[in-house]
Amino acid sequence: MNRSELFNMAQVEQERQAKLRFRILSCASTPCLSAGSQDVFNALQTAVTEHGLNAEVDVVASGCNGLCSHGPVVRIQTGDAPDDIYEFVTPEIARQIVARYADENGADVSEHLIPADAPFFAKQQRIVLGNSGRIDQEDIEGYIARGGYTALAHVLREMAPEQVCDAINQSGLRGRGGAGYPTGLKWQLVRKAPSNKKYVVVNCDEGDPGAYMDRTILESDPHRLLEGMAIAGYAVGADQGYIFVRGGYPGAEKRLNQLERVIRMAEKHGLLGGRVMDSNFSFRIDIRLGAGAFVCGEETALMLSIMGKRAQPVPRPPYPAQRGLWGAPTLLNNVETFANIVPIILNGADWYANIGTEKSKGTKVFALAGKVVNGGLIEVPMGMTLREIIYDIGGGIRDGHEFKAAQTGGPSGGCIPAQHLDSPVDYESMKALGSIMGSGGLIVLDDTSCMVDVARFFMEFCVDESCGKCVPCRVGTMQMLRQLEKICNGSATMQDLEILEELCEMVRETSLCGLGQSAPNPVLSTLRHFRDEYEAHILERRCPAGVCKMDQVPVMELAEELPRRMRSASGQKEVA
Amino acid sequence: MLVTKQQSDYAPPATEDPRMDEVARAVKRFGYQQDALIEVLHIAQRAFGYLDETLLTYIARQMKLPLGWVYGVASFYHFFSFEPPAEHNCVVCTGTACYVEGAQKILDLLEKEFGVKPGQVSADGRLSVTDFRCPGSCGQAPILVIDGELLGRETPESTIARIKQLLANDKQAKEVAP
Ligand SMILES: Cc1cc2nc3c(=O)[nH]c(=O)nc-3n(C[C@H](O)[C@H](O)[C@H](O)COP(=O)(O)O)c2cc1C
Repeated sequence: MNRSELFNMAQVEQERQAKLRFRILSCASTPCLSAGSQDVFNALQTAVTEHGLNAEVDVVASGCNGLCSHGPVVRIQTGDAPDDIYEFVTPEIARQIVARYADENGADVSEHLIPADAPFFAKQQRIVLGNSGRIDQEDIEGYIARGGYTALAHVLREMAPEQVCDAINQSGLRGRGGAGYPTGLKWQLVRKAPSNKKYVVVNCDEGDPGAYMDRTILESDPHRLLEGMAIAGYAVGADQGYIFVRGGYPGAEKRLNQLERVIRMAEKHGLLGGRVMDSNFSFRIDIRLGAGAFVCGEETALMLSIMGKRAQPVPRPPYPAQRGLWGAPTLLNNVETFANIVPIILNGADWYANIGTEKSKGTKVFALAGKVVNGGLIEVPMGMTLREIIYDIGGGIRDGHEFKAAQTGGPSGGCIPAQHLDSPVDYESMKALGSIMGSGGLIVLDDTSCMVDVARFFMEFCVDESCGKCVPCRVGTMQMLRQLEKICNGSATMQDLEILEELCEMVRETSLCGLGQSAPNPVLSTLRHFRDEYEAHILERRCPAGVCKMDQVPVMELAEELPRRMRSASGQKEVA
Repeated sequence: MLVTKQQSDYAPPATEDPRMDEVARAVKRFGYQQDALIEVLHIAQRAFGYLDETLLTYIARQMKLPLGWVYGVASFYHFFSFEPPAEHNCVVCTGTACYVEGAQKILDLLEKEFGVKPGQVSADGRLSVTDFRCPGSCGQAPILVIDGELLGRETPESTIARIKQLLANDKQAKEVAP
């Protein structure tokens, strides 16, 4: 397919859609599926057939609309009017929705309609998620009708590889995988690396428990990612790309088959593969499967996993940009980073650089979850305050409880308490608060959560996920977990707290890779902001939130405690 | 990589099993590339449900890798399992959002009712419980996956009810069948 054929296809599809009476987009992403959206989709299809509207109405299984806690979600597009979005749709409501749009006097479904000015949507700025929920992932025409692959066409015809790198650099885009390394710089490094074989790799491992942004982008708008990868390939001089996806999650097989079909479809249309859009540039994309190990998200481990080995990180340098897959220079970026490329090319680097803050440009996608009213996938400009995210978009805390902390960055991040709700969300401010931006997990905790137990939870995760290669991480995380367990069961003394702090320092300073280096973060940040809770556990033997069982005593006190227990076990009354 | 001597000590696996052919075809499709080991293991586990020694040996020979290497890779990743799956499997998500929403209570009650901890199989081999982080469905936490079906907003009680229902259905089916 060449440029004019592309525009032609877009026009044909746009005209086809314009002729329809309305389009129904039923969310088929994982959260909505777990709320029963498959039945809703079937009901919508049946209802459309019953109304004899098959020729005039599209029923599409779309990607994520964002409001995951209110699923299943259904979106209706009518002509140029703003879309109507319905929440908590059941098969019965689905039938009523179809009846409503088929006939003005149909059933009243306004109770399920989300108001157009609802802050959940109004406060967001959806760039990366721009197409998400509006197209069917397998429908390449739908993507092209929304301007898809024009950025690639533009780059191939109008821009030299160097200019592409410069544009990305100018936009100020930083890696969305957590560390925030300037993307343009990374691209330039790979471009300048001398080699005639280079690779582009997308990191979609996403092992952070409580985050699903990357997988959702991949599922909701895969062509956007493919197009971004192809642009990257052109810019750095690579002809092979890999999408590294963690396999093994429920439904993974179906999703991955879908993704495979999407890639082959793009190849069939000449938008990937040999001589892309009749240019001299060739780019192939393949999927590589992980098998569920958090450490695979670390870039050196990820590359080992692609090469079929145990994913145990190796020291850097050499960085992947110098020596990556099979020794060749490799560009490795996060899914969301790649999903930002197309809008930057289409709208210009200056447009992008105007969004966000001084040092953090653009938007960030968060998986907002936990004790908020509206949980889901949101995208906000960098620099928005946590308060706006949690109270305006998230709708505040559920069931009349009180906000306690926001957990960002998963097991490598930390907890941000209420007094910092007004700090802006960007790379620097999050770091200053002892947390990290991370890849986008944002879990809201209320007063029913015990912060020591939260730290214990994440440490347990790190113990499970430590790859075992370096001692500080393998043994250190285990020791830290023991100390935390002691605090949680009431058998700790202040000395244990000291040991814990010492261990934090040691593991952070001496571990080989980011997993170990950041494993102490949840402990350090809760110690920093919630030290009183640790002390209440140790000095007062109580868990302020009432989560921990606290059924043990420190070893030193066992001499007193044991006879008391034996007495109470044998039914004797305790003598005061 | 060299083929070690010990490998030839193993008896060749039964080749009548059509599932073995599927694995062999996969190895061939990847051009006998040793890099494709994880892909091949995925395909093998999909076909057999788990990886046993015969299967791993077969893969090792086909790909000309030492058995220790194959086992080393397979055992590194959480997803690969070396035990036959139970009749029914209940996966409880223990990701952060589900932790906050009380996934532990579900696990506790499962242990109390059926005597199975995460990673274990019940004594009669009919139910296994696994913990998993994370299916990425946090808006609907806590999340369960029972026999492949994704379920949101579960409580400890609804979980137990679902599993009891499943086990009872089997019993009925068995009583009708013979
Ligand atoms: C333990 C560990 C886990 C990681 N997991 C991920 C992940 O799931 N997804 C991701 O994009 N980056 C992850 N990273 C960061 C990557 O190593 C790498 O920095 C990133 O993918 C680079 O892409 P970016 O520049 O676009 O952010 C992880 C790092 C560590 C140390």
